[in-house]
Amino acid sequence: MRPNALLSTQCRMFMTQRERMSTSHDDQLVTRLQAGDQSAYAQLVEENANRIYRLALRMVGNEADAEDVLQETFLSAFKSIDRFQERASLSTWLYRIATNAALMRLRRKEPVQVSVDEPIESDDGDQIPRQFFDFCCLPEESLMREEAQAEMKRAIDELSPTLRSVFVLRDIEGLSTQETADALDLSVSAVKSRLMRARLSLRETLSQYFSQGPVITNGRQPG
Amino acid sequence: MSDPHTHHNHTHDCRRFLDGLSDYVDGTLGEDLCRELEAHMATCENCRVVVNTFSKTVELYHQLPAPELPDSVRERLYKVLDLKPFVLPDAPDTSGNQ
Repeated sequence: MRPNALLSTQCRMFMTQRERMSTSHDDQLVTRLQAGDQSAYAQLVEENANRIYRLALRMVGNEADAEDVLQETFLSAFKSIDRFQERASLSTWLYRIATNAALMRLRRKEPVQVSVDEPIESDDGDQIPRQFFDFCCLPEESLMREEAQAEMKRAIDELSPTLRSVFVLRDIEGLSTQETADALDLSVSAVKSRLMRARLSLRETLSQYFSQGPVITNGRQPG
Repeated sequence: MSDPHTHHNHTHDCRRFLDGLSDYVDGTLGEDLCRELEAHMATCENCRVVVNTFSKTVELYHQLPAPELPDSVRERLYKVLDLKPFVLPDAPDTSGNQ
């Protein structure tokens, strides 16, 4: 197979990873929420708790803090539902509240944030990849085995919170670039820039990890 | 082919195309730039590796199993919010069955 054969379809492909909640669904639910309908509150929780917990866990990295973020998110949402404006979907609004809660928690825990994820930059500011091990050819079962997944999660934890939030919303939760921008109150260009830096950083980490061969030597960590 | 573990001396072209890497992987890079990038990759081994592994990295994260909300966490959430669990029959029927 030619080297670029797998990628050539990228030119014509537009990836859409997440269906939006229908506007009418949101409209009806918001009306009921703002009227104080208890079953609407429960419906909001039921439809969104799983994704908010997922986001929180990826952002804060441990279950106890993720649970706190989950609870804070819905408590905050319930308090401010009267001020909800339909610029974004309900789920994007909840993502925004949850991300802010997670970032606040991270700041409290790490008041002096030292970013270790910044990609190597040249003198003129370009980001320069340093790892050139082609791990694409490794067997899929090696790439996705438990140990590799743990490394992937660790790599997310090593991103700075600002890059992590963009990456988690865009590539883990599958929001569009615009939805991610809405959730984080960023411009689309800022989302794209941060996403690029996050992806480059993760690529570097995974390239280094896979180049050391732990996944093809019965899972032993390199010495 | 260059040593895959050594640093790559990026040319001006390499850097220019790397700027469009995310758009390329997302399928949103302009058609002309896309063709230029693919032509460049055909002659630049290290850029081909970077593009392939960049794309694979995104793909692997898309495949990462999603953690489920534990029942105990869900129960405590409803308790904190002072809510009774949502009853599914109230939800609109999307199955097509009446």
